[in-house]
This record gives sequence, structure tokens and C-alpha cells, in this order.
Amino acid sequence: MAAVPAPEITYKVPKRRHPVVQFALTQPLGTAGLLIIIVMFVAGVFAPWVAPYDPLALDYGAMLAAPSWEHWLGTDAFGRDVFSRIIFGARTALMVGFLSSIIGCTVGAVIGVVSAYFGGRIDMVVQRLMDVLLSFPIIVLALAVVTVLGKWKVLGLDMNLIVAIAIPMVPKVARVVRSSALAIREMPYIDAARAAGFSHSRIMFRHIIPNVVAPYLIMLTAFVAQAILLEASLSFLGLGVTEPSAAWGLMLSGSSQEFYREAPWMIIFPGVAISLAVFAFNLFGDSLRDWLDPKLKL
Amino acid sequence: MLRYTIHRLLLMIPTLAGVAVLVFIMLRMMPGDIVELRLLAEGGSVDPATIAAERARLGLDKSLWHQFWDWMGGLLTGDLGTSMWTGRPVVEEIASRLELSMQVAIMATVLATVLAIPLGTLAALYQNTWIDQIIRVFAIAGLAVPSFWLGMIFILVLLLSFNWIPPLTYTPIYVDPWQNLSQLIWPALAVGYRYSAVATRMTRSTVLEVLREDYIRTARAKGVWERLVVSRHAMRNAMLPVVTVIGLEFAFLIGGLVVTEQVFNLNGLGKLFVETVTRGDYTMVQALVMLIAGFFIFINFAVDLLYAALDPRIRYG
Repeated sequence: MAAVPAPEITYKVPKRRHPVVQFALTQPLGTAGLLIIIVMFVAGVFAPWVAPYDPLALDYGAMLAAPSWEHWLGTDAFGRDVFSRIIFGARTALMVGFLSSIIGCTVGAVIGVVSAYFGGRIDMVVQRLMDVLLSFPIIVLALAVVTVLGKWKVLGLDMNLIVAIAIPMVPKVARVVRSSALAIREMPYIDAARAAGFSHSRIMFRHIIPNVVAPYLIMLTAFVAQAILLEASLSFLGLGVTEPSAAWGLMLSGSSQEFYREAPWMIIFPGVAISLAVFAFNLFGDSLRDWLDPKLKL
Repeated sequence: MLRYTIHRLLLMIPTLAGVAVLVFIMLRMMPGDIVELRLLAEGGSVDPATIAAERARLGLDKSLWHQFWDWMGGLLTGDLGTSMWTGRPVVEEIASRLELSMQVAIMATVLATVLAIPLGTLAALYQNTWIDQIIRVFAIAGLAVPSFWLGMIFILVLLLSFNWIPPLTYTPIYVDPWQNLSQLIWPALAVGYRYSAVATRMTRSTVLEVLREDYIRTARAKGVWERLVVSRHAMRNAMLPVVTVIGLEFAFLIGGLVVTEQVFNLNGLGKLFVETVTRGDYTMVQALVMLIAGFFIFINFAVDLLYAALDPRIRYG
């Protein structure tokens, strides 16, 4: 009598993929956005090597030249290469975008957590202050702050511009983070931490803040997109990055508006660059939200 | 309801007061006041006595408390003062520009609403089909394209294909509607696109949410015609958040026109704001900010009241 072979039991263990791969598979649009962002980063960081020309070099022999093999996207009224200026503009956009979002979101998150954790009167006052900031249209607030701070450069970066873009973000982040933190405050492990005699700052920074990282990251990417738009608007108005630096909004202002007919490439390409960058960050931010925290409302 | 209304009205006061204090302080922190900007702009040296006299004339020599107090007193009695730069009453300066900006804002709102509600609903009803994908790309692109650049592209296209640009001088709509519309429709389209993108996304997500509710299943189960399910049961309940977004965006639009007005060379509130801020015209900036922020706060209040009136579950305080 032959022994009945023991039935082979196979368990279907779902394959655990690397989170990056998993993100790429479930969020194709977001991945497309991420790819554009990576291209922008590479172009911005290695700008001197990627750009065919010096973005500041004047060439009076080639003023308002149409796109050609020599100047892929044409030249501007001073004979500067538009393509090179767009590449250097990516550097400006990313620097201003990331720095202002990191500042704005971090300050907002800290305010939100503190406000939720202490509650009561502190919360009341902080929320009223945030209401005041929220009732300014973003561009009006940014414009006022940029003018108040005046020229203020640190390491070649326009700090007045960065702070002006960061301030309107603070109340929005503070609101979202506060509502997440309010729920976390009621968790048993916070009671435990309190019972263990930990200080307020330790509870806030070690127990609450790590748990609001998801909304923080989602807002950070969303606000980079807004910051790039706002930087372009302010530079366009002549209140942001100033000549001769390369910035997309600045490329659209001033002389380029006098040459609609003669040099439309001066109008078209910088705007395409702004739109593409904002589009990429929005796509990536949306997907990041779907992936990390689908219920978050911004 | 009355108690709720009064409660909400009272809550507006600290916010408005906060805005006033903030604007006042920010302006006084700006480098160089209007007298310096104006008298020293022409170059050369100006007699310090002239500067002092000019400051005294504008009331800038008084203490900050005194200045703030004067301004508040004026605000409460409805007197906004005169522009420090032009010397004309602030109300007059603003009124002549408000008309233009309001018209553009209203046109953009109508445009956005007319586009967004059908598109958003369509995207939700055909979720994850090609219709939905196209509408989503349209909406997300609307958030990415800067309005002022879109305006420039309009000008470019009109110029290159018709050899025509929108008129540069403003004609009120009651004088010559055609002339007026041919100028203002372009900025309205440029800002309206972004606006409709925001509203389309909101409509899509709320309709999607509502379609998953139990009462929609009930309505379908009892055999209600699908078209009625959508129009009576789903749309009515989904519209509240959409109306909120449209209202709030409208309030922001008045200020948000700042950049687009420059492109079309429109003499509206936005342009006035940029001019007065760079000139350090305290009275004008203060009045403009109070107007824009007050408008926003009021719309917020109106939306909250609407919510409370329409949704009996909401009763705070």
C-alpha cells in the first residue's frame, strides 16, 4: 500500500515589492510627474554643463534670433539664449519653490501641533491669527511681505521672496496639521507618554510630529507647485527675482512683451516651462495623497 | 438660526481687527515712506524742512498710536480718507477701478460655473473612463497654467492670426457693450480657466462621494429613472461644497487679478494695488486690503450661513 503523499500546501504570499516600484505601478500619472521633476532637478543642478550657452552672455549679433540649430529656443532682446535661460531658471524655480515650501510647511506644522496639543485659550488665539492671515488673497499678502522686507539676499538667494511665498502657506498647513494632531492627542499612547512624565516638547516632537508626516509631505509637494507659480507671478511683476538672473516669470516680463510679433518664442517657452513644472508637482502631489492618505482634504 | 447668525457676525470682528492691525504694522515697516519716495525720486537733495512739512501735512509726524486711532475712527464712521499720492478721496479712486475688476471677476465666475458643473459631474458619472481622464487632464492643466501667461498667449494668438489686439482703453459696458466685452472677455477667460479647473475637481469629488451614499442606492433600487437619480438626488446634495468653492474663489479673484491686469494693461483694483504698495501710499493700501479681506470674510460668513440654512444638522453654538 503506497503511502498517500501528503498534499502540498502552497501559501499565496503576496509579493512585497519595493515601495518605489509599488508607487510606480499603482500611480502611473504620479510617476510621470516624478520623472519630469527628476529631469528638472538634473537640469537645475547641472545647469552649467547642460546649458549650451552662458545665460547672462549678451550677444548683440544675435538679438531676437528665431529658434534654430544654434539657439534651440531662440534668443531674447539682448541676444541671450532662451533655452539656457530656461535651464538656469529651473534652478531658481526649484530653489525658491523648495525652500519656501519647507519653511512654510514646517512653521505651519509646528504651529498646528502646538495649537492642537495645548488647546484651550492658546488654540483660540492661534486660530484667530491664522484666520487673519487666511483672509488675505495669497498674492496680496506675498506682495506686501516682499515690499516690507525689501532686498535681502543670503547666498545669492532672494530671502525676501522666499519668506513672502512661505507666509501664505503657514495658516493652511497649520489648519490641516492641527486637525490631524487633535485626533492624535486623544490616543492612549499620548496619555501613556504624559503619565510617564515626559515634557510637553518631547511629547509634541517625538510622539505627535512623526504621526503628521504624511499630510506634511503631501502638502509640501502641493505647495512647491504653488510656490513656483507665485514666484513666477512676483518676478513677472518685477518684485521677485530681478535682472539679470534667469527666472521664468522674469523672462515673460518687460521687454518680451514688446516683441509679441517679432519674437513669440520669448513668450511661449518660459510659460511652457512654468506650466510643465507646476503640472508635474501637482500630478506627483495628487498621487502621493492617493497613496499615503486618500482622505486628506486640502 | 438667529443666535447662530449673531455669533458668526461677532466672530468677524476680531478677524477684521486683526487684518487692520497687521496691515498697519506691515506698511510702517516698509523701507522709506511716501514722502521720501516721492521727493527723493527726482534725485538731488531736498531740504529737510520740506520733507518735515510734507510729513506733517500727511499726518505722518504723529505717533503710531495716534495714526492708527485716526484711521480706525475714520473707518468706523465710513471715512476712508484721501490718497496720499494723488490727493483724491480713496473712495473715488477705488470706485473707478472696482467696476472693471468686478466685471471681469463676475464674467470669470459665470464661465467657471458653466464649465465646471457639467464637466465635473460628467467625470464623476463616467469615472475611470476616457471621458473622465480627458476632463481630469483639462482640470489639472488648468491648475498648472499661469493665468497671466495664458492671457499673453491669447494676445499672441489674436495678434498673429487676426492682426488685432484687445482695446487698451476701458469702456463701461453701459456705454458700448461690444467694445467693453471685446476688451474684458480675454482676461476673464484667462483667469476663468484656472477657476473652472478648481471647481471641476471639487464637483467631481463631491459627486463621486454622494453617488456612494445609501439613499442613491435606495433610489435606484426603487426604480427611479437614472437621470432623476442624478439630477434630484445626487446633484442637489453635491452642490453645497461646490458653491462654497465658487464663492471663496470669487472673493480671491478680486485680489488674484493683480498679475493678469498687468498683462492686459487694465486699470483695475489689482493694478491699483501694485502701484500703491510700491509707492507707499498708506491710506490707499489700507483701504484696499480692508476691502478685499472684508469681502473675503463676508463671503465666508455668507457661505457658513447658507450651510446652516440648508443643512439642518449644522448648528454650532
